[in-house]
Amino acid sequence: MEYFIIIIAAIFVNNIVLAQFLGICPFLGVSNKVSTSLGMGAAVTFVMALASLAAYLLQYEVLVPLKIEYMQTIVFILVIATLVQMVEIILKKVSPALYQALGVFLPLITTNCAVLGVAILLVQKEYNLGQSVVFSTATAIGFTLALVLFAGIRERLDMEDVPKSMKGVPIALVSAGILAMAFMGFSGLV
Amino acid sequence: MSKLQILTKGIFKENPSFVLMLGMCPTLGTTTSAINGMGMGIATMFVLVMSNIVISLVKNLVPGKIRIPAYIVIIATLVTVLQLLMEAYVPALYETLGVFIPLIVVNCIILGRAEAFASKNNVVDSALDGLGIGLGFTMALTLLGAVREMLGAGSIFGFKFVAGDGILLFVLAPGAFIALGYLLVIFNKLTSKLR
Repeated sequence: MEYFIIIIAAIFVNNIVLAQFLGICPFLGVSNKVSTSLGMGAAVTFVMALASLAAYLLQYEVLVPLKIEYMQTIVFILVIATLVQMVEIILKKVSPALYQALGVFLPLITTNCAVLGVAILLVQKEYNLGQSVVFSTATAIGFTLALVLFAGIRERLDMEDVPKSMKGVPIALVSAGILAMAFMGFSGLV
Repeated sequence: MSKLQILTKGIFKENPSFVLMLGMCPTLGTTTSAINGMGMGIATMFVLVMSNIVISLVKNLVPGKIRIPAYIVIIATLVTVLQLLMEAYVPALYETLGVFIPLIVVNCIILGRAEAFASKNNVVDSALDGLGIGLGFTMALTLLGAVREMLGAGSIFGFKFVAGDGILLFVLAPGAFIALGYLLVIFNKLTSKLR
C-alpha cells in the first residue's frame, strides 16, 4: 500500500515535469515526435533507477558515516555523469540493439536536472532503499507519460495555423500549461 | 567587443530565458512571487560570475579532453559554497527555493557560458559576461515572478494592491507555463517591431 501511494503520487499527483518543473529542457526539446519521446523516456527511466540506487548507497554508506553530507551536490553530479558514460559503454558492448535505440539520448541525460533532482529528493524525503528505487522508477514513468502526451499534442499543433508570434516555444508552453491543469485534477488522489 | 557590449548583451540580445531558452526549470519552478524569482536569479548570478572567473583563470591549466568534468567540479563546488551561505544567512529563502539551489549545477546557462566564453576570454571580460547574463536571467525571473504574483495573489513584492485573492491558477504550476508562454509572445512582438 505504501509503495502504491508512492507510485501514484510520483506519476500523477507530483508529476516531475508538470508539477515540479524538473526536466523541462528535454520536455520542450525532444518532444516533437511520439517515437523519439518514448526513446528518451526509456533512457531516462533506465538511468534514473540506476542513479538513485547509486545516490542512495553513496549517501548512507559514504557521506553520512564520514559526516560530509555537505559534499552531496558534488558527489552526486560526478556519479551521475560517470554512470551515464558507463551505461553508454556497457550497452554498446552488451546489447547493441538497446544501444541503437537509446544511444542518442544517453549523453543528453547528464544535463537532465530531473536525474539529479530525484537523487536529492529521495534523500530529502528520507526514503529507504526499496522506496527510493520505487520512487525513482515511478517518477521516470511520470516523466515518460508527460513527454509522450505532450509529443502527441505537438504533432497535432504542427498542422494548425498558429499566429506568427506564438509559433514554436510560446504555443508549446501554453499547451503545456493546459496539460498541467489537467494533471492538477489528480491532486486530491492521495 | 567593448566592455559595455559584453555586459549588456545578456540583458536583451542574448537573454537566457527569453531568447536562448536556457535554464527553463528554475525559470518556471521558482517564480511563484517576484521576490522568489529575484532570489533565484541572484543565486544563479553569484555562481555564474564566480565560475566564469575561476574557469578563465584555470583555462590554460586544464587539458582540453577533460575540461567538461573539470568545469562541472568547479561549478558544483561553487554551488556548495552558495548552499552553505544561503542556509546560514537567508534560511527562509533557502527553504522556499528548495531543490532548485543544488540544481544550479546542471543549469545549462552556467556550463554554456563556461564553454562558450570563459574558456576563451580573460578574467575581467569573463566576469562582466557572467554579470550581464546573470542580470538578464535575474530580470527575466523577477518579471515572470512579478506577473505571476500580480495575477495570482494581487500583490507585488509582498505589497497587496487588490483586496481578496487573485487568480490562484497563476501561482500554481499551470500558471507558470501559461504566463511564460504569453510573456514570450509579447517579447517576440516587441523585438519584431524593433527590427
